[in-house]
Formats: sequence, C-alpha cells, structure tokens
Amino acid sequence: MASQQDLAKIATQVRRDIVRMVHKVNSGHPGGSLGCTEFFVALYFEIMKLHDRFTMDGIGEDIFILSNGHISPVYYSVLARKGYFPLEELNTFRMLDSRLQGHPTTHEGLPGVRISSGSLGQGMSVAIGTALAKKLNKDKHIVYSLHGDGELQEGQNWEAIMFAGSKKVDNLIATIDRNSQQIDGNTEDVMALGDVGEKFRVFGWDVLELKEGNDIEAIIDTLKEAKKRSGKGKPVCVIMHTVMGNGVDYMMHTHAWHGKAPNDEQLERALEQNEETLGDY
Amino acid sequence: MKKYTDQGKKDTRSGFGAGMTELGRTNPKVVSLCADLVGSLKLDEFIEENPDRFFQVGIAEANMMGIAAGLTIGGYIPFTGTFANFSTGRVYDQIRQSIAYSGKNVKICASHAGLTLGEDGATHQILEDIGLMKMLPGMTVINTCDFNQTKAATLAIAEHEGPVYLRFGRPKVPNFTDPQQDFHIGKAVMLNEGKDVTIIATGHLVWEALQAAEALEQEGISAEVINIHTIKPLDEEAILASVRKTGCVVTCEEHNFLGGLGESVARTLTLHHPAPQEFVATRDTFGESGTSDQLMEKYGLDNKAIKEAVLQVLKRKA
Repeated sequence: MASQQDLAKIATQVRRDIVRMVHKVNSGHPGGSLGCTEFFVALYFEIMKLHDRFTMDGIGEDIFILSNGHISPVYYSVLARKGYFPLEELNTFRMLDSRLQGHPTTHEGLPGVRISSGSLGQGMSVAIGTALAKKLNKDKHIVYSLHGDGELQEGQNWEAIMFAGSKKVDNLIATIDRNSQQIDGNTEDVMALGDVGEKFRVFGWDVLELKEGNDIEAIIDTLKEAKKRSGKGKPVCVIMHTVMGNGVDYMMHTHAWHGKAPNDEQLERALEQNEETLGDY
Repeated sequence: MKKYTDQGKKDTRSGFGAGMTELGRTNPKVVSLCADLVGSLKLDEFIEENPDRFFQVGIAEANMMGIAAGLTIGGYIPFTGTFANFSTGRVYDQIRQSIAYSGKNVKICASHAGLTLGEDGATHQILEDIGLMKMLPGMTVINTCDFNQTKAATLAIAEHEGPVYLRFGRPKVPNFTDPQQDFHIGKAVMLNEGKDVTIIATGHLVWEALQAAEALEQEGISAEVINIHTIKPLDEEAILASVRKTGCVVTCEEHNFLGGLGESVARTLTLHHPAPQEFVATRDTFGESGTSDQLMEKYGLDNKAIKEAVLQVLKRKA
C-alpha cells in the first residue's frame, strides 16, 4: 500500500521518463501518455494484484490490456518502474533492435505486454477474450483495459461492447480516456462521440464517471468502486476525463502534442515542471 | 496407377465438425467461437457437449478474432468458425495485429472457401484467402481435400503451437483418403508416382487431379500426383524431388492464380530448379452464382482442365 505522496512521486518521475524518451528519438506520443500517467500509476502501484514474475497466461493475477497502443511511453515507463524489465531499457525506445517498439508488441518478448496494439479499436475484444479465459479458469481476478475516446470511432469496439453487455462479462473493467482530443482536433468536431457513458449503459454496462481523471486519489477511489461493482452481471466502464499532456503546461488542453516530440528547449521546460523524484533512467 | 476409392461423398466442413467433436472430448483447452454460422460449420455436437467452451459472437467477425486472441492469454486454444470470406478479408487487420503479430495460438477455421460455395455468388466466394493468409509472417496455411483429411487436420492443428488458417468447403465431394491417416503439417502427400509430369493439387482439386491422371494414363502419360495440404510452410523438398524427376509441373487450386499455391511452387522452382509450369486456378476474376460443378467447369478447375494443362506443359518441356 503506497502513500499518496509516494504515488505522486512515481507519477512525476514517469512524466519525466515520457518526455525524455520521446525527445531522444524525436518521435512518439507524449500527449495521451501524460494524460494517462496518474491512471497507470494508480493501476500498477495500487489497484492491480500482480505476481512478481511475468507469465503470459496471467493466471491468478489481474491483467491489463492496452488498446490505444500509441501511448506506449507511459506504459513502458510504468512497466519498467514496476520492475518488469530494466529501467535502462527505456533508453532504447523506438530504436533499432529494441524490445520497446513504437507501439507495444509481444513480438520482441517484452515482459508485461500480452498483446500488440496500435491499430486502433481491437483491445476491447482482446480484453473480453482474456476475461472469458479467466472465467473458464475459475480465476477471480479482474481484467482491466484502457481505450482512447477517439478510438471508439472504430466499429469493432461496438461489436465488443455489445458482446460484453449481452454475455455478462462482469470481470472486465474498461476505462475510456475521455480527453476529447484526437489527431485532427476535438473529438466532438471530428466525429462526435456525445455521451459515451450513456452509450455503454444502453449496451448493458455499469458505468462510472471519473471527472478528475488526473487525480490519483480520485482514480483509486473510482477503480475500487468499479471493482466492487464487478461480478454482478455487468461489465464495468469508467469514463475517465483527463487533460491531454497533463503536467507539462504547453502540452495541455491541445491535440498538438498527440504525436510530436519536444525540442531541446521544450524538454528543459517540461523537466523543470517535473523534478526528478526516483532517479532518471 | 494407384487406385483411390470414394468411400462416399461428404463435405469437408463435416470433417471439421467431426474433428471438433473429438477435440471437445479429448482436449479441455480447445474452445470454439462462431459468428452465427453454427450449422454451416457443423459445430452442433461440440456445442452440445461443451456449452461452456463455446462462444457465440453473433455477426461480428472482427470481435470474434480479438476475443480469440484474448482467450489464448489464459492458455486456451480457440478455433474460430465462419465462411472463408469473413475469416480473412473482412478481418485482415484483426488477424494481422491481434493474432499473427501477437503470436497467438488461434486456429482460424474457414468453411465455404472458393467457387464451390455455389449459388450465393461472388460476394461469398473468396478466391484470395490463401494469398492473404500466407503473406502473414508465422501463419500456417492449410487447405484440405476431403472429409477424412479435414478431420485429421483439425486434430493436428490443435497440437501445433501458433496461428493456423484451415480452409475447407461446402459441397459434398469424394472422401478417399485414409480415415486413420496421420496428418503432418508441412508434409506433402505422394498420391501417385509418375515420370512425365508432376501434378500438385490442394483442396477440392486433389480428387480432380487423380481423375486427370487416370485419363492421362490411358494416353500413355505417367503423371505424378502430389497433395499439398499445407501451402505454408511448403514442402519444397518433395516438390523439387518430383520436378527434378519429371521436368514439368501443373499446380491446381480453387483460388486465384495470383497469390495461391501455384505462385508458391513457382517461387520454389525459380530459386532451385526452373521448370515449365501451368496453373489450374482462377485467372484474376471474381466468381458468380451457379452450381458447384457448373462453376468448376466454367472457371477451368475440373479434371478436364487439369488434363489440358498437362498436355500444354508437356509441349513446353524441352
């Protein structure tokens, strides 16, 4: 059980990792990564029950499935900080011969990753399959998943959302990163999503709104409530309202930093706003 | 020439269903998924005996592929079932990312492949699926020729670690292979030894190839007939050994000549032993409505077409 202060320190360090990784190779996706930093830290350091050693089947532990694979920087940083692989490996992000591919993959055998993602809209189905396997195995642990809001424009999601509601996949907690941004602008201008929670509700899900999606305490409370509601015949959805680029002022409240790296000067500014807490990789 | 007897016409999809029934009884890790085509895929018995290990996903093939990928994470061996068209082209990216690139142990089982689907017409008659699937790194591609072979293949792929595309069909066709056969993935089956020409066939065209070889024998032409059930990985050794002996080859498949078995054979020959080759396959075209037999005749996929192709390739043989 980590203290709020400890979790805040981890989050600050993860934000440093994200901007440094992306800056080094002048590519990657800092905006969504920063927006979901608190979620990842809460999930991995507080919420999920995890084995010390990674196994692909994840039997007897909680499982996380990332659908919006482009936020790999936050995923890799948190996995490394959790001890899945050496921290120094963050130096190899997006480089030739690295296990830290631009988008997460099982292909290079990176511990912690169970599915490739990046081509959007596929993670919900995979998470459902993983949850069904848990039921077959009589494994009471939870499958958590994360999805971008823009990603919900992919039709496969709605096949999956319909399935999970209809077939009562109630050991699944899917979180939607509702930052309302996508590459071409605001989601409501590009392809309006409207009331996402209501859409899940009418497909048979139990829905929780998380207004403070960058507040670790609020995230923990909501995910604990979500877990309480699991196992009751409905899959659980958390609509998590986040600020894209959170923690780096010039990256906040804009889609401009979806897939763009900071230059040297911008990196300095970002690091000044997030002081080293646990030691840089 | 070696004689093969039709043990009674049966559909290859029923061979798949029989294989699934057996797997349901023998392998507790096997689960099955279907997209609203349980009857067509002959899954009724598996479902009746293993209701907890069957997932009806409705008409949602993309979701089915993703769920299958997820089921492997918990250690299961998912077999997906729908028509070949909806098993491949419709869900190519789901297979590519969530199954093939992710290295997931999913068995994509596809019925109603090719023209022999018949009256439903071109919307459902995929002739590009072998090409689509064989291009995916790590994907094993199998096209079986009769009921017995399809059942044997269904059992064999459960024992194979890694993604597999298993292709079979709708119509009742002669059932002539050994009901007790061992199915070896990636291993060619020598059906008849000959010396003048090699006929390499897959799927429904294997029986037609045997018919053609019999007719050729009447004209004094000795045809070697090889059944390639596994298009990838291809048994290059068996193909090269045969063509080194005969000097020419005819490839036969219920598929477009672009991207199919014929092209894989041609590539092998080009690299190791260039030789004249003729293709019995569709010629970059869509299908159409008609009976199975009518279509196979019109599109040049029957034993008469194979015989013609042999006569043609023999002329080209130096």
